[in-house]
Amino acid sequence: MEVFVQQLINGITLGSIYGLIAIGYTMVFGIIGMVNFAHGDVFMVSSFIALVAALVLTTWLGISSVFLSLFIVLIVGMLLTSLVSWTIERLAYRPLRGSFRLAPLISAIGMSIFLMNFVQVAQGPRNKAVPPMLQQVIVVMERDGYEVTVSYRQLVIWAVTAFLLLAFWYVVSKTSLGRAQRACEQDQKMASLTGVDVDQTISITFVIGAALAAVAGTMYLMYYGVVSFSDGFVPGIKAFTAAVLGGIGSIPGAVIGGLLIGLIETMWSAYFSIDYKDVAAFSVLVITLIFLPQGILGRPEVEKV
Amino acid sequence: MTAPSPASEPRTDVARALKHAAIAGLVSFGMLLPLIGFRTIQDMRNELVLETRPLLLASFVLLTIAGSLLVSLVLVPWKQRRAAAHIPGESVRRAHWRAHVAKWLVPFALGFVVLYPVIVLLGTGFGGAVKWIDNFGIQILIYVMLGWGLNIVVGLAGLLDLGYVAFYAVGAYSYALLAKEFGLSFWILLPLAGTLSAFWGILLGFPVLRLRGDYLAIVTLAFGEIIRLILINWVDFTGGYAGVSGIPRPTFFGIPFNANDDGFAAVFGLEFTPLYRTIFLYYVILGLALLTAFVTVRLRRLPVGRAWEALREDEIACRSLGLNTTNTKLTAFAMGAMFGGFAGSFFAARQGFISPESFTFMESAIILAIVVLGGMGSMIGVAIAAVAMIGGTEIMRELEFLKLIFGQDFEPTQYRMLLFGLAMVLIMIWKPRGLISTREPSAFLKERKTVAATFVEEGRG
Repeated sequence: MEVFVQQLINGITLGSIYGLIAIGYTMVFGIIGMVNFAHGDVFMVSSFIALVAALVLTTWLGISSVFLSLFIVLIVGMLLTSLVSWTIERLAYRPLRGSFRLAPLISAIGMSIFLMNFVQVAQGPRNKAVPPMLQQVIVVMERDGYEVTVSYRQLVIWAVTAFLLLAFWYVVSKTSLGRAQRACEQDQKMASLTGVDVDQTISITFVIGAALAAVAGTMYLMYYGVVSFSDGFVPGIKAFTAAVLGGIGSIPGAVIGGLLIGLIETMWSAYFSIDYKDVAAFSVLVITLIFLPQGILGRPEVEKV
Repeated sequence: MTAPSPASEPRTDVARALKHAAIAGLVSFGMLLPLIGFRTIQDMRNELVLETRPLLLASFVLLTIAGSLLVSLVLVPWKQRRAAAHIPGESVRRAHWRAHVAKWLVPFALGFVVLYPVIVLLGTGFGGAVKWIDNFGIQILIYVMLGWGLNIVVGLAGLLDLGYVAFYAVGAYSYALLAKEFGLSFWILLPLAGTLSAFWGILLGFPVLRLRGDYLAIVTLAFGEIIRLILINWVDFTGGYAGVSGIPRPTFFGIPFNANDDGFAAVFGLEFTPLYRTIFLYYVILGLALLTAFVTVRLRRLPVGRAWEALREDEIACRSLGLNTTNTKLTAFAMGAMFGGFAGSFFAARQGFISPESFTFMESAIILAIVVLGGMGSMIGVAIAAVAMIGGTEIMRELEFLKLIFGQDFEPTQYRMLLFGLAMVLIMIWKPRGLISTREPSAFLKERKTVAATFVEEGRG
């Protein structure tokens, strides 16, 4: 029971990170029907931006307040990662819009390879470890000497994720931008006829996805304390799995899917085998797509002739 | 982008170009500031410290500004002029010309690859020949073969497979483990490895029959990763990360390539050099690649090949016409997987050592990139793309002179994959349908006409 509660806490934390990345996948797929393969690497790049920003703040400017520096790192990370994603969309995807179906996917795979190797060349291939922060823990329950704990880090991740999801939900459902996004999702040509700037809406979709991925990247760095150039691939695939599991195109689905994937992964590690935790996550992807291709909250795809 | 009206002269707006360049410079500064402007390094106490590289950052920003100016002042006007001077029927004529070239290209290229080891020997002598035949000849041919194998699945049947490397791995491990455990020869295990891979192709193809397009791509990717993770974690069987080493090398019809008295050199009265094995391996992979090409060309004439292409064009129409889409898809998966397995067992025999490191997703991405960049379905295109992409990245190893320009610690090899990724994006923007986008019709009335790229509808897989 204690192990279960502890893994529940860990799983929700991991799931929050996956959920934040998954929103980027699901929004882009919803609006232009493309798997943004480079999204996982954008997440990795954001981790590195956060790393550099944190180092500048602590070693150069000497800011000692953890929460202040975390706040600044988040803002800087979101801004710069958005810029990266905006540029990628502008240069690598927009010229291919309306081109044949595979072209954007191949371009995205190329972008993913490029980003990964760019970071490797620019920052070196070694793992980058940061000193652990916010290590204090709160003991939630205790039995026979086994303590179930929640760390401050985990609390911060939950709080930030919850806050961002609320803000994001507000943007998507209550503002004109969100309305434009939903319009583009349904019918781009019609949306443009009613005065929606389709290109700009798509750009903003990429930017929002990247900003959320940047938050996930900062959290990832804070939670694990280490990042390397190859860290974008597996979390990216898992987040995509989360998006598919929740129903691709559905934003609440992405969050639910993220939490489920996080839970499946931690529970599998605890009860079965830690070596095969990635196999478990990938198997979930396969099984979902085969038996429930529309996901938990997605609409079934209508085949038109 | 709107075409300029015929009345207005295509003009270049310098002020606009400057504004764009300034924005591009600012954006690149913001983007590159953390990644290029700073470098995180470990100091003596193993703590991360920052190092600044302002000059590098400045040169990147200046390059971006120059690039932006170049695009808006030179490239765009040039494109507009070309669009203005558009002649109707031009694309068709060019396609005809290309088809004409292609007719001569094939025999010429075949002659060249057959004579390649001889040419290399004449060019570099015995000393440097191994490198050129092995790194360029064999390496490129492996990818040509993998590209042609995947071309059956992606190019002909229109099934997007991002996990092709799984079959390559199955072939390699089949050969490695069976050869080590049972001591069977390469020539017995080659068809066996191909059969096992084909079996895996059917096994993995079966559950994903209903999926289409991107979904299929992601599921096959997941399968590829699952197989790699199993190879890593099932240590008793596969050796885990350490891989399998000491794999028996192929023999020349029973005569091993070694320095012993019964070795190849001794039997034929030659002086021993590792070159003979390399040349032998070169011709083996050439034969395997040509077999792939031959089988593909013949299969396109058979009902099953026609069914693949019909499936690529329109799955619903296929079903309406009573084609068994299940069998069609599974045969495509099985054929593609079989050639992947052949290539895999050749790879294991050539290396003598395999580990899961060789079968990462990156390999699948490279093979798929070769197929798509070459032009899906075009065998010549795939071969050209393999030569350009693999040969191009291999040549990066040879660019020692760059050290003279950029200093001694400049390592060209680390830029290989960086440029590979960039090339994928650029080629997609330049030619989204690949280098050879025209298609030879497999069925025609009276006269075989080339199908121009604009009419090539991609199936929804």
